[in-house]
Amino acid sequence: MNQPKLNLSPKVGDEIRKTTCYMCACRCGIDVHVKHTDQGDKVAYIEGNRDHPVNRGVLCAKGSAGIMQHNAPSRLRAPMKRTGPRGSGEFEEISWDEAYDIAASWLEPIRRTDPSKLAFFTGRDQSQSFSSWWAQAFGTPNYAAHGGFCSVNMAAGGIYTMGGAFWEFGQPDWERTKLFILFGVAEDHDSNPIKMGIGKMKALGGRVVGVNPVRSGYNAVADDWFGVTPGTDGLLILSLVHCLLKAGKVDLDYLSQFTDAPVLIDARPGAGHGLPLKDDDGHALVWCRAENRPRCYDAEGVEPSLTATWEQDGVTHRTVFAHMVEKYLSADYAPEAVAERVGIPARRIRALAAEIARVAFEEEIVLDREWTDFRGRTHKTMKGRPVSFHAMRGISAHANGFQTCRALHMLQILIGSVETPGGFRFKPPYPKPATIHPKPHCKVTPGAPLDGPHLGFVHGPADLCLKEDGSAARIDKAYTWENPMSAHGMMHMVISNAHAGDPYEIDTLFFYMANMAWNSSMNTSGTMKMLSDRKEDGSYVIPHIIYSDAYSSEMVAYADLILPDTTYLERHDCISMLDRPICEAEAAADAIRWPVVEPDRDVRGFQTALIQLGAKLGLPGFVKDDGSPKFRDYADYMVNHERRPGVGPLMGWRGNGSQTGRGAPNPNQLDAYIENGGFCVAHIPEDAQFYKPWNRAYQDWAVEIGLFDKASPYIFTLWCEPLRRFQLAAEGHGDRQPPDHLRERMKATMDPLPIWWDPSSAHGGEGRFTITALTQRPMAMYHSWGTQNAWLRQIHGRNPLYVPTKLWEAHGFAEGDWARVTSPHGEITVPVAHMPALNENTVWTWNAIGKRKGAWALHDNAPEVNKGFLLNHLIHELLPPKKDGMRWSNSDPITGQAAWFDLKVAIEKVAPPADLRSKPDVGEQKSPVGKGPNQVAWEVK
Amino acid sequence: MTSLPTTVHKKLGLVIDLDTCVGCHACVTACKGWNTQNYGVPLSDQDAYGDASGTFLNRIHAFQVQPDPKLADHVPPRLAQTIHFPKSCLHCDDAPCVTVCPTGASYKRAEDGIVLVNEDACMGCGLCAWACPYGAREVDEAAGVMKKCTLCVDRIYNETLPEVDRQPACVRTCPTGARHFGDLADPDSHVSKLVAARGGMDLMPEQGTRPVNKYLPPRPKDAIQAPELTGDEDILAPFLAPVAEEPKGLLAWVDRALEKI
Repeated sequence: MNQPKLNLSPKVGDEIRKTTCYMCACRCGIDVHVKHTDQGDKVAYIEGNRDHPVNRGVLCAKGSAGIMQHNAPSRLRAPMKRTGPRGSGEFEEISWDEAYDIAASWLEPIRRTDPSKLAFFTGRDQSQSFSSWWAQAFGTPNYAAHGGFCSVNMAAGGIYTMGGAFWEFGQPDWERTKLFILFGVAEDHDSNPIKMGIGKMKALGGRVVGVNPVRSGYNAVADDWFGVTPGTDGLLILSLVHCLLKAGKVDLDYLSQFTDAPVLIDARPGAGHGLPLKDDDGHALVWCRAENRPRCYDAEGVEPSLTATWEQDGVTHRTVFAHMVEKYLSADYAPEAVAERVGIPARRIRALAAEIARVAFEEEIVLDREWTDFRGRTHKTMKGRPVSFHAMRGISAHANGFQTCRALHMLQILIGSVETPGGFRFKPPYPKPATIHPKPHCKVTPGAPLDGPHLGFVHGPADLCLKEDGSAARIDKAYTWENPMSAHGMMHMVISNAHAGDPYEIDTLFFYMANMAWNSSMNTSGTMKMLSDRKEDGSYVIPHIIYSDAYSSEMVAYADLILPDTTYLERHDCISMLDRPICEAEAAADAIRWPVVEPDRDVRGFQTALIQLGAKLGLPGFVKDDGSPKFRDYADYMVNHERRPGVGPLMGWRGNGSQTGRGAPNPNQLDAYIENGGFCVAHIPEDAQFYKPWNRAYQDWAVEIGLFDKASPYIFTLWCEPLRRFQLAAEGHGDRQPPDHLRERMKATMDPLPIWWDPSSAHGGEGRFTITALTQRPMAMYHSWGTQNAWLRQIHGRNPLYVPTKLWEAHGFAEGDWARVTSPHGEITVPVAHMPALNENTVWTWNAIGKRKGAWALHDNAPEVNKGFLLNHLIHELLPPKKDGMRWSNSDPITGQAAWFDLKVAIEKVAPPADLRSKPDVGEQKSPVGKGPNQVAWEVK
Repeated sequence: MTSLPTTVHKKLGLVIDLDTCVGCHACVTACKGWNTQNYGVPLSDQDAYGDASGTFLNRIHAFQVQPDPKLADHVPPRLAQTIHFPKSCLHCDDAPCVTVCPTGASYKRAEDGIVLVNEDACMGCGLCAWACPYGAREVDEAAGVMKKCTLCVDRIYNETLPEVDRQPACVRTCPTGARHFGDLADPDSHVSKLVAARGGMDLMPEQGTRPVNKYLPPRPKDAIQAPELTGDEDILAPFLAPVAEEPKGLLAWVDRALEKI
C-alpha cells in the first residue's frame, strides 16, 4: 500500500470570533473562523458555539451556509436613489450624506406638522425595542413589526391566558417531558432548540406527537401523526378537553390554586354580566371552602372552591370552572361529533386524549424541591405532569387562531402542565401577564414624541386606538373594533390602507427588512400595483417610500430611497431583555452581534442609520442639550442607553463590570460580551425554576435582576376578561360603542372561554373552493433570504405544489404535470408533485421560493424565477364583499392576525405552459448589483 | 486496479439514526463548508445563481412511504410516512470504488478504514463513481477530480482543534443528534452499542460492499395504544372512563375528589 501523507492538522483559521447567527430568527451562537489575508480578514468557516445557551454547539443548514449569505452577490453596495419608475429597479448610488438629506427633507416637515404621516414598519427586526423607541421619539403612532402577519395570535393568546406563549416565551422541559405534542408549522420557531429537544427526548424514550396536515420535518419523525384538516385544530383541542373533563383527568389542585377556575363570574344582568367578581381593590373573588365565604383569590390561607355557587341579589354566581364544564361537556365536542371536520377518526382523537391522561396522571413527576407560593404557603415538593406542547403559525394564522391558541393553553393548564416539571416552562422575562404589559398609545403631537409605547395589551374598549370621531388612529387600523386586541399591529394592512387613504393619507412609508412587494404581502400582484400606482397628476399615490435591506430583494425595486444594511457578520446588535432575548427556562440570557469582519461596501447597520437620522432630525433622546448627536452609532446606544435608571439594552457586566441586570452603563461592556463568547447568562436559583408566576423566590429574583420593579404574581386566566368586555360593548353596554355592523361578529367570536368556528365560511365561493392550500417554511431556508445563497438554493430551489394521493388520483395527475389553482381572489398555474403523507384535502408548497426576475442577483434561468411561485397571489388582504358591500380584512377578528392559512382553492389539471413558467408573470426588475458569478468555489487562502 | 488493505485496524464510520433525522440539511451544508475550505480542492458550484449544480459529499433524500391501500381501516392505522435519508460514502470494507481505480488515487486507509481520494493522482475518469452502488462520489466540475466524504480526516485527528471537536463536521453540527461517529470495529464503542441496541442496518447488503456506516431504522409509528385497540370504547381509551355524563354530575364528582386532596 502506498498511502499519501496527509496534513491531518490544518489550521482552520487564524482566529475565532464568537457572535450571534442571523440566518433565521433563532439566534444561535456561532464560532466564526477568520483568516487574516492580504485583502483583510475573511470568513473561512462557521460552526456552532458549544457554550451558547441556545444551540450548545449545533448549527442548522442555514447557519452552516452563512458564509454564502455573507458573501452573496446580491448584497447592496451603497445608498441609492430611484431613477426609473417604481418597480423598475433603476437606481443611482449616492452618498450617505445625500441619503440622509433626502430622508430628512421628507421627514422633517411631516414631523413638524403631522407625525402620523410617517408609517414606519419593520419586518424581521431583532431590535424592536430600539426601532419602536425611534418611532416614539418621531411621534408617529404608525409603528409595528411583523408580528401581525406572523403569529400574534400565538403571542397574544398566550399572554392573555397565562402570561406567555411558546418559542421566545417558553419551552418544553426537554429533560423531563415524556409526551411532546407539536401543533402546526413550526420548523424555524424554534429552529435548533426544538431539533435538539426532539433528539434528546427520543433518546430518553419519550414520545413525539405531530398534529399537522403535512408529515414532513418534525412530523416525519413524530411517533404519531395526526393529519388534521387546516383550521380545525381548535375543534380537535376542545374535543380533547371534552374527553379529559368527562373522565375527570384534570388537575383539580392546580386549577384551584393557580388559575382563575375558582373565580366567581358575575351573574347579574347589566354592564358587569359575565365579568369576574372583584373586591374594591380589583382582586378577583373566589369562594373559600375553609371560611365558606367569598374572599380574594390571593388572600392568605384561602381555599378556593372550584364548584361553589354564590347566591346574591336573586342570581347565582358560578365559578369559571362550572362555566367550562357546562360548555365543554356538550356533546358538540364529543370525538364522534367533530371527527369528520377535523379529518381524524373519533377513536384516534380518544386515543390521543387517553395518552395525554395516562402520561399526565400515571407518570407524574415529583421533584424534591421546597418552594413558597405567593399566598405564603410552603410546598415540600414540585409536582409535574410530563406532557408538553408547542405550536406556532400553523394554528395561529387562521381567523379563529386567537381562540385556538387559547384553547391549546387551556388544555395545558387543565392538566397542570404549565410551569411544572416535565411540562411547559417560561423563559425570562416571562411569565408576564397582559396586565403588567403597557397599553397601546396613539396620541400625536406635532413636533413632539408619541405619548407612550405604540404596542401593548388592551383590556377593554377604553384602551382602543380611536380618534375622537371614532375613526382609527393608526394607519393599519390596529386596536379598532375590527380587531381590538391587535397586540402586534397589522403590518399586512399598511400598504392597502395607505393606498386607499383609509383611515387617512400618509406621506412616507418606511420599511425595514420586510419583503412587502413579494412574499410578505397577501395579494402580491395587487400590492406591487398599489406601491407603484399614480394619481392623475402623475405623482405616486403613496408619495415617498424609504426601504432598508442588506440585499437586492423585490421590495428594493419599489423604494425611492435605499439605506443599505450590513450582513449579520458586519454589524452590532443586541438581543435584548427589553424585547426578544435568548433566555432559557433556567436562566436569563442576552447576546450581541459585533462586526467580526468589516464591510467592504459603503453600507451601515440599519440601527446605526436610524441613530444618525434621528440625530439629524433632532429627535428627543437622539441629541444632547446642545443639539449634537447623543450616540455615535448603535454600539454606543447598546452600552449607554438606559430605559429605566440602571436598566439598559444589555444586562451583563453593568456598573463596574460585576453587576448583572441592574447597574450604570459600563464603557467596557461590549468587550466583556465579546470575551464571554457574545452572550451573558444569569441562572435562576433552583427553588425558583418552576411555578414561576406564583413562586416567591422567582418573583424576588426577577425584581433583583431588573425584569420588573416589584413582585407581580398572578393567576392564569382561562376566562378572558378583555374579550368579555368587548362582548359587553357589542351588547350595548358602555359609552364607547362599536359600529352596528360589527356587533354580531363581536358577540359570536369574543367569547371569554375558548371556542371554535369555521374560518373558511367567510371566504365565499359558494362551495367551489374546498381544498385548503398552505405554505410551510423549509428548515434549510429562511423566507426569501435563502434563495441568494448558492448552497441553500441547491437544496430548496424548486417548489412544486404537493398534492395528496386522493386528489392526485382524482385529477389524473402524473409526474411533470401542471395545475391551475383558483381561489375566490385569483389563479396561478404551477407544477405539481405527489405527496402521500398529507391531509387528503390539503395542498401545499414551500414558502417564498419563487422569485421575481432580476431580484436577488439571480440569473434568468434560475428555477425560482421560472417554475417557482407564490401562493400569495391567491390570498387577498380583504375578504369578499358581504351583502352590505363591506369588506372585512382577512384577519382574526380579535387580534387582526393575517389569516394566511384560511386559503381555500380549487385545482384542475392543465397543459404545461408553453414556456414552462409558472403564472402569473409579474415582469422583471433591473438588478442594481448585477448578477452573481457563474461558478463559485469559495476557499479563503 | 487498486488493492484494498489486507487488514484495517479500526473501522471508523457513521451511525445515522433515521428515527430522529428531521431532514434539516445541517449536515449537508456543514460538510460543504468544511470541505470547501479544507481537504483537497474546494467543492465548486456551477451556474451557482442560475440553474445551479454543485458538488456535495453528503446529500439528504426524502422518501414517501405509502401504506397498502387495503390497510386503510387497519387498527392501529397505517399512515403514509416521510423518511429523510442522509447519504454519503459508507467507507465500505469491500469498497468497489477503490478496486476499480486505474491510478491508485482511490484508497482505503489501513489505520482506520477511511476511503479517500488522493487528488494529485486522480484523473477524474469517474470509474469509481460508476462502481459505487450508492452514488456517493461526485466529480468536481471545476477541478476535474473525484470528491467524496473524507469522514473529515482533517478534523478527527486535527491537533489544532479542541479534542471535543475532533469529529466529522456533520456529526458536530447535527441538531437532533441523529449522527454518531466512532469505531465500528470496537464492540464496546458508543456506535457499536447503538447498532446492537437499535438493530442498525447495512445499506443494500446484497451489493456485497460490507459498508462500515450503519443506519438505525425508524421506530414503529402511529402506535398510540395500539395493543389495546379492539374497537370497544373503554378498551380503546382506558384512561378516559367517564366519571359523569352531565355537568352537574361532574361537579359533584369534583367535590368528592377535592375532599380527598
